[in-house]
Amino acid sequence: MISLGQDEIAKYPFLAEAGQYLKDKGFTLEQFATDPDLKIIVDKAYERIESAAEDKTYYPELDDPSEKETTLPLNVFSFLIAIVLLKLSGLNTLINKFSLAEARRAEKFLQRDLVSNSDKTSEEFAIKIFRDIFSVTIKKTGGYFVIPIPDYLKHAVNFHEREWKLVNRHVENGMVFLSPRESVRLIRWKLSGYIGSKIKSANTPSMSDGFEDKVKRLSTLAKKFVVNTVVTGAYPPCIEHAIEVLNKGENLSHSGRFMLATFLLGRGQTIDEIAPLFKNAPDYNEKVTRYQIKQVSGETGGNKTKYACPSCEKIKSNNLCYITPDCDNIINPMQFGRKRL
Amino acid sequence: MLENDLKFLEETFKQYYFDHFDLIHVPDRSKEREYGYKKFNSGMIRHMSLKTDKDLHLMLMTNVPSDVFCSNGYYSFPNLPMAEKDWKEADLIFDIDAKDLKLSCRKDHICMKCVSCAEISLVQDACPKCKSNKLDLVSLPCQNCISGVKKEVLNLMKILTSDLQIDDKNIRISFSGNEGFHVYVTNSSYNQLGSNERRDLIDYIKFQSAIPERFGFPKNNPSRTSFPDLGDSGWSGRVAKELFGSKSKRSKTITKVISDGQVAYQQKLEEMKNSIGVKIDSNVTSDIHRIFRLEGSLNSKSGLAKLVCQDIEKFNPYIEACLIEDKPVEILANFPIKFSLKNTKFGPYMNEKTSVPKYAAAYMVCKGIASISGT
Repeated sequence: MISLGQDEIAKYPFLAEAGQYLKDKGFTLEQFATDPDLKIIVDKAYERIESAAEDKTYYPELDDPSEKETTLPLNVFSFLIAIVLLKLSGLNTLINKFSLAEARRAEKFLQRDLVSNSDKTSEEFAIKIFRDIFSVTIKKTGGYFVIPIPDYLKHAVNFHEREWKLVNRHVENGMVFLSPRESVRLIRWKLSGYIGSKIKSANTPSMSDGFEDKVKRLSTLAKKFVVNTVVTGAYPPCIEHAIEVLNKGENLSHSGRFMLATFLLGRGQTIDEIAPLFKNAPDYNEKVTRYQIKQVSGETGGNKTKYACPSCEKIKSNNLCYITPDCDNIINPMQFGRKRL
Repeated sequence: MLENDLKFLEETFKQYYFDHFDLIHVPDRSKEREYGYKKFNSGMIRHMSLKTDKDLHLMLMTNVPSDVFCSNGYYSFPNLPMAEKDWKEADLIFDIDAKDLKLSCRKDHICMKCVSCAEISLVQDACPKCKSNKLDLVSLPCQNCISGVKKEVLNLMKILTSDLQIDDKNIRISFSGNEGFHVYVTNSSYNQLGSNERRDLIDYIKFQSAIPERFGFPKNNPSRTSFPDLGDSGWSGRVAKELFGSKSKRSKTITKVISDGQVAYQQKLEEMKNSIGVKIDSNVTSDIHRIFRLEGSLNSKSGLAKLVCQDIEKFNPYIEACLIEDKPVEILANFPIKFSLKNTKFGPYMNEKTSVPKYAAAYMVCKGIASISGT
């Protein structure tokens, strides 16, 4: 595990061992639930989740040196208490939203640290995060960071924009050259995944009276994202699985989303009916979702192609197939159920 | 395939295997690989495991396969069904084939064979005998095809060793036994890459999906200095060479490129994939579960051997990979085009009986343009 200084822990609180940190600072969880002087931290923690739910990045002021002493613990504590509240709520939708927002926040610090020529320690620490957490060895060369091609490809395939394709990168001697911004952007998804998995694997503490009200409010907050879908037995297992993943607020891969949208369009559902299904996705943006479904439906797009639901074979190769005997040798999910009539 | 032809090829292939055990070995880490084979007139048998040369030789003698394959992938359990194999990694393999190069010589050595009546003729719209339009193309590649493929292989080698920094000790080139070459990259950090990552690498090598912004032409305010230079490394340098030709023409060309606009430049970059992109077969390289013809084995499309080339520039497949014996064999041949094997010219044959060395007989029977006489 990376050893952390005060400054680093405030920027990257997800690296801390939560329980140990509180103990080191001489606090117990119970104190946060009961001590009125610490209520401000619990309030901050709630705000932090709330802003994440609204897709805002919680970005505290770390730069003012006069505030440093007091600001630091508040930031770390509010992060740790936010996790406690999220664990108590058990709401995956909020955990995913929170992880993404915290990743964006950390991304800003990472980027700043990578370019801070004056602060060698911060730069080394940022490079260490790349290496220890994401197994990406980056080295500074002039104003660029260089990454071995295989490491680059493993992360870059998550992007669909052409600028991320290897052919559109400066490649030399087995290395890809990236700006600090690009280096950090490359690992964003991994970063939020890392934060999410750390939260999910943390122990759930027992409920204290002082937290109860906040946890209740989180449930109300999460209701905005809950979709009541009617899943009939006529959906094939791959589609049911995809809907289930989205309902749980987990990330469904690009090919999974494409499969779901094309299937439902094929079954005659409208964009208005389909779009809300994606509401729980950690990166949900209504405008973008509607635009993408419209593209797939052939309503918009360059050549107005209406995309068909991918074949079972393709779905299998994308690890999205959950075949059951009911599938009855069909070759495309669209055929599901038809044969039995 | 006719019974006499089948018997002839089986005997010939068996004899070859028996005489050339020295050329046919299991590759490194054989225990972790999947093997497969095909018999004449029959389908593929896959998901086999062979541990030693002895196992392999026994399999060849028992089954007399027409084709033998071995996986690029390494598995914990190579003989279980695909989903249970537990994939570990896969060698990075490239396939460059003459048929994908669109060479102008191709029309000179290509014929068609009617699927309905087996009539062989020069390329035309329908079978001259039965007017069927179900036709197979038969190509007997020439030295020009082989030179074309070699040029692509050398271009690929440049990208692998310089852009990708792969040690040439870890690269092996093999003649495929028919119209192309396979380039194997083993023991590299690329082995761990999955299909999607390999697809991105393929686009790099083929110079596909390049955008103008990367090659010096942003949407707004293009600057003359941001265009690539002839001395640049990687694609920048290659694009500069293709675009400007020489240093002295750089300035004039940039003026024209900028005045033609970004869309025209994008078009130019797209066209460049045909001139400077390496013409590898994408489906082969992206497949991490594929089985590839085993080096040292015969290719049933030609009767030539798949062989490792020590010096690709000097390698002549129609001499070095032609390893079947030269005992004379009577055949009935029908092919209106000349070809050469082992420095001997054959054909054209106008549906005539003739006596040729066994290697030439096997080549023509495999190509479907001759039959063993006596039918």
